[in-house]
Amino acid sequence: MSEKTQIVWIDRDYMKCSGCRMCEIACSMHHEGKIWPEASRIRVFMLVPGVEIPHLCVQCNDYPCVNSCPSEALSVNEKTGAVVVNEEKCTACGVCIRKCPGNIPHLHPNRKYVVICDLCGGDPECVKICQKAGFYALKTVTLGRRGDTERLVSRTPEEITEDLAFNLYGEKAKELI
Amino acid sequence: MMRGYAGKILDIDLSSGNIKTIKLEEEILREYIGGRGLAVKILWDRLGKKWETVDPLGPENVLTILTGPITGYIPGGRICVSGKSPLCNGIIGSTVGGEFPVELKCSGYDGLIITGKSENPVYLFINDDHVEIRDADKIWGSDGKQTIRKITREVRELLSKNEPNYGKWKEPALLYIGPAGETLNRTAAVMQKWTHAAGYGGYGAVMGSKNLKAVVAKGTGPLPDVYDEEGMKSCLEKIIEDTIKSGTPSLWGTASGGYNVGYGVSAEPIRNWQEEWHDEKSIGADKFAWRLWVKRYWADYGCPTACLKIAVIKSGPFKGAITDNPDYELIAYCGTNLGIFDPEGIVYVSSVVDDVGLSGINGANVMGFAAELYQRGILTKEDFGGIEPKWGDAEAFGKLAWLIAKREKIGDVLAEGTYRAALKISEMKGVDVLKYAVQFKGMEVGAHGIRSGLDYTGRWPMCYACSTQPGDHTSVAFPERPEGMSLPDSLVYCAISYRAGQDLLYEFYRAITGWELTPELWVKKLGRRILQIQRAVLLLGGPDLTWDPLKDDDNPPRWYEPLPSGPKKGSAPSREECLKMRSEFYKTMGWDERGIPTSKELKSLGLDDVDKVLEKIRK
Repeated sequence: MSEKTQIVWIDRDYMKCSGCRMCEIACSMHHEGKIWPEASRIRVFMLVPGVEIPHLCVQCNDYPCVNSCPSEALSVNEKTGAVVVNEEKCTACGVCIRKCPGNIPHLHPNRKYVVICDLCGGDPECVKICQKAGFYALKTVTLGRRGDTERLVSRTPEEITEDLAFNLYGEKAKELI
Repeated sequence: MMRGYAGKILDIDLSSGNIKTIKLEEEILREYIGGRGLAVKILWDRLGKKWETVDPLGPENVLTILTGPITGYIPGGRICVSGKSPLCNGIIGSTVGGEFPVELKCSGYDGLIITGKSENPVYLFINDDHVEIRDADKIWGSDGKQTIRKITREVRELLSKNEPNYGKWKEPALLYIGPAGETLNRTAAVMQKWTHAAGYGGYGAVMGSKNLKAVVAKGTGPLPDVYDEEGMKSCLEKIIEDTIKSGTPSLWGTASGGYNVGYGVSAEPIRNWQEEWHDEKSIGADKFAWRLWVKRYWADYGCPTACLKIAVIKSGPFKGAITDNPDYELIAYCGTNLGIFDPEGIVYVSSVVDDVGLSGINGANVMGFAAELYQRGILTKEDFGGIEPKWGDAEAFGKLAWLIAKREKIGDVLAEGTYRAALKISEMKGVDVLKYAVQFKGMEVGAHGIRSGLDYTGRWPMCYACSTQPGDHTSVAFPERPEGMSLPDSLVYCAISYRAGQDLLYEFYRAITGWELTPELWVKKLGRRILQIQRAVLLLGGPDLTWDPLKDDDNPPRWYEPLPSGPKKGSAPSREECLKMRSEFYKTMGWDERGIPTSKELKSLGLDDVDKVLEKIRK
């Protein structure tokens, strides 16, 4: 197995997300030591009730966030492929958020840096709790020879909401978004 | 140092626009905990002495919206809405699930006290330290779905404008009212997430009376620190383990009751309680599941049970109707009690009731009552403005819900709730219709009958009549367990999701707050005190109606009629026996033979001031 096959990626099945937000709890407990939904690296958007979207870094092949950072605060973890934030260097300028096609990163609510999913070093807490609860809206994928085909592209919560709402509510979705 | 609590609440006077922050005192929290308990304390302190003169729909009423110490930590976020109830004129702790309590706590508040009345429609926006009363002119009149849509858009735009670098803002959480609350419908609910309702009590009307369309929160802080971090985590792990194992609530929600309560225990309301038994497999949970559910597991904050399911009708006359499950209570009240036995019809009526913001139990009970009066020819097509509420006609009941919400035609009378409507219609038509009103002290009853003796409520047929939350199926009183749901409503957690036993619950509370609480302390003192204050204000009542315990601590006449069908055909409780049970219960509760709490009982709980006020009704 080469180094590259070890890279993990979090697959998400929005149709299976219950909106329980236990992923936010697990993530913030792991990273902040407390339950803190706004500081969670994975955030469940519910712009329309019933349309719950776990939103977190998809690790684009070209990493526009890393490449656009003016203060070199972002890098890629070679083992996991996760974007790593250097909290000292980050100035919370917001460039990476705007460059991300899905505007996925967000600023830490209390501190002066951006937060991005770091895959918990390779064994993400959000995935564990989601599977433990039996929802399987999240799962880790090891990228390998065919792994790239399982990946999604970075999209905004609004875009995903539009698709998912149509899937659930049909034409009625237009009136709800 | 207070743990588990944010330690402060907002006190907002909508008349003056004055917004204050009040610190909570440890002494009071230890004694009253939060949610229903704290609500009772606040309401008594502010209104107790003049209780009988306070109009629940006047600016003088106090609306409380309170979390509890374990809210947010325990799976399934809930919040308790309270105030002087426009239905029973007492205090009901009415809880509702969703993310609002978590957003509120993360903003740094345990709750809100809202008084006065705004001149124009407004909504409250809470974003950490920033608390604002915002114009709701453009939102007023909107149904539930449009209310959420408009406010979500407006608030997200506002947040992005204030902090352009933050990234995408998640939606805020909101408690809101539908059109029924705006028109001061006494059975209007305080709603969350389209379908979630704090239904009992009629607090949607209280919000409406204050011109308050919604309370919106976006908190960016963490939940408050807890006393024993490791202890909390280890309890939480056990609670989650246990919750995950729960079978039925997770699979079917309470929807499985739609068939089972009717067929199995024969206690489901049918055609305004004229019957309680059916064999309609058409409304089994599986029928809803495979025909209509587009989302099989839908949860509120932190809850792996996910007892909610989203039902959508994709074709036919009711196309576009969306609701959750429906749960058992709504299958009964928006279904069987209206003679509707097809899933599409039930989902449709439930979705309309949600949209207009009526309580699915209370508001739909009114519709069943009205339909029986139509069946008997007491109310006519003309009274209904052309609508014919025939049993089973879902479309007609959808229209009737709107008629009530808008207070048009007979809807204006029905908007007063079943009991008050019965009084008025008796007068209008010169016929006694109170015998068709299935309610307790102005509150429409939950969908679990007592006549068969087979449902949990049938164990002791005075359980609704003697409860301090009359008619509330979640908080029925049994002699050995009079406290009902006072603990879940005060700690504010979900009793469907939480099933891991009492010991763990108390341990969890101690780990979070660092304070001692035992079952004994709760049952003998803290919980009992809440019940006694609730009982006191219920008896003080007013200003439009007061209750005479000897007359009103009783089942509605229909519940003494023998069941006409089913395995328990002919069964009904004996009224004589029931009155004996009542006398016994009065003694257990420390109430005198007229049902009034005795001085001795009140003083032993430190409620001397309550005792003094009750002198008024002891004479």
